Amino acid sequence: MAERELNFGEALNEAMRQEMQRDPKVVIMGEDVAGGADVDHLEGDDAWGGVLGVTKGLVKEFGRSRVIDTPISESGFIGAAVGAAATGLRPIAEMMFVGFMGVCFDQLLNQGAKLRYMFGGKAKVPLVIRTICGGGYRAAAQHSQVLHSLFTHIPGLKTVVPSTPYDAKGLLISAIRDDDLVIFFEDITFGGIKGVVPEEDYTIPFGKADIKRAGEDVTIVAIGKMVHHSLTAATELEKQGKSAEVLDPRTLSPFDEETVLESVEKTGRLVIADESHPRCNVATDIAAMVADKGFDYLNAPIKMVSAPHTPVPFSPPLEDHYLPNPQKISEAALGLF
Amino acid sequence: MDIPKDKLLWIYERMQLIRVFETRVSTEFGKGKIPGFVHLYAGEEAVAVGICAHLTDADYMTSTHRGHGHCVAKGVDVRGMMAELFGKATGICKGKGGSMHIADMDKGMLGANGIVGGGPPLACGSGLTAKTNGTDQVTICFFGDGASEQGTLHESLNLAAIWKLPIIFVAENNGYAESTPAHYHCSVENIADRAAAYNMPGVTIDGNDLFAVYESAHEAVARARAGQGPSLLECKTYRHFGHFEGDAQTYKIAEENEKYRTELDPIKRFKDAVLPRGLISEDELAAIDQRVNAAIDEAVTFAEDSPFPEVQETFTDVYVNY
Repeated sequence: MAERELNFGEALNEAMRQEMQRDPKVVIMGEDVAGGADVDHLEGDDAWGGVLGVTKGLVKEFGRSRVIDTPISESGFIGAAVGAAATGLRPIAEMMFVGFMGVCFDQLLNQGAKLRYMFGGKAKVPLVIRTICGGGYRAAAQHSQVLHSLFTHIPGLKTVVPSTPYDAKGLLISAIRDDDLVIFFEDITFGGIKGVVPEEDYTIPFGKADIKRAGEDVTIVAIGKMVHHSLTAATELEKQGKSAEVLDPRTLSPFDEETVLESVEKTGRLVIADESHPRCNVATDIAAMVADKGFDYLNAPIKMVSAPHTPVPFSPPLEDHYLPNPQKISEAALGLF
Repeated sequence: MDIPKDKLLWIYERMQLIRVFETRVSTEFGKGKIPGFVHLYAGEEAVAVGICAHLTDADYMTSTHRGHGHCVAKGVDVRGMMAELFGKATGICKGKGGSMHIADMDKGMLGANGIVGGGPPLACGSGLTAKTNGTDQVTICFFGDGASEQGTLHESLNLAAIWKLPIIFVAENNGYAESTPAHYHCSVENIADRAAAYNMPGVTIDGNDLFAVYESAHEAVARARAGQGPSLLECKTYRHFGHFEGDAQTYKIAEENEKYRTELDPIKRFKDAVLPRGLISEDELAAIDQRVNAAIDEAVTFAEDSPFPEVQETFTDVYVNY
């Protein structure tokens, strides 16, 4: 039997459907997650199913008490999701674009991330916040950010950045079952990505990197969309006679240091591709870790490929210049030989 | 409305327990025994107690930086509270929260909060849980006059109204947001007038009159339990101490301060109401006073004698792999 393929959004949708079937405490909330609330002629069906349609069809199966459209009140509904999680529900909140986290930041930074610790372990916050991230959609500065570095910095949050439909489903199921607040980043350009996804439910553990392509000469640690760019770069490097290993951490907090160090020990060279701005990002964090714990493995300086320290520009030639791409990654790798 | 005798005794004991707790915290803070900041609730006891008189442990509460009184009214153990303020391992949050984050999930107390306006969205969450689970649990959302100017409160009032959540929003208007008077920072004289904008009942009452608070809360709690949605209750009150311990309170009007500490004091007014009518006797009050004083003495001794947490405790109750 041919293995079934799903696109990225379908894999996420299936993860949520299966978890909602398994556990009645799982609810979805956010702006237009169903859409068309209280519109009689829809007869309870959704209008949108999320801005990219990822939650499409769920309201029909689970009803509006479990797929809850919220007003455009990010502080209000993210805080409500935190409070609901602390009192027994397992909400999946959808923050339409990660840039909107700016609106509700207190509820994440000072409430959700800290309740368990401040309360001496008596509270838990089993909440997943799914959010669209990334450039390349010509969506300009407020709708194109990645920001996973910002959230990785905050204790009490876990950060997940899947790059394939298979990983997306398994990591989202793990996130829903996790008792901590998880920020789940979904790249806006992943709509067209297809991949084999098993029909049954399965989990992918947090803190386990995945080697997306094995290689011998250089390690490329790549986050989210950069995994695909790095695989393209690896093909180019192959033509140049260099064998690249592409390593996808999949979760940034927790982070799998061991697999990165093992890979660098083997290859002796490290490129890190991160769409973040260049200062204090996940790439600099990984570079510091390898410099500290794997210095003796290195045959060349660590190279980082990141976006520049500017807001994301709108005009296509500017945004194309801004974004890391396969060429920038392969050039960085070749510079190490 | 008539309050049963055992409830009247409970009310007096809780108000007195808050007063003696806070007065003692002021003393111990002055001695340098309590690290950090403390914001004392003394003077506002009738609000927390008049409202919590209608609750059970299953009901929820979100609180503020001035949260000790809310905890005591909700039944949180004063020994664990005092030890928490002292930063001790036996504290209710293992010494990891302190005054501004004191919490007790077993009592539905979802935390004091160091962020002004941090609590109302969380209250919508516990309200949503109760509604989703089909229970009759209510959530009390305490906030001050300062928080009434935060966007989070307005978002939460709207959310609670459209989802008909079982929440009683309680504005504790003590006249000052830190050092800034309400007549300056607030566009309306009565915060409860804003309830109209969110299509919910709003009443403004004398928050130092225990009986007025009790009666209004009775109605709002019943409405919430019956699934009829949220209410906004504004209790006008006054804090005896400063915004924080160490505040010179130069913004207060001396005569006003004195009046609230004497004739308008909520505990004095409670006594003046119950004693002449023979509802409670002097002896009964004295017995409660004795019990309360002993409980607070014991709480302080317990806190002083308790060990500080082991440094390894820094790394528990949060995910760490770095």
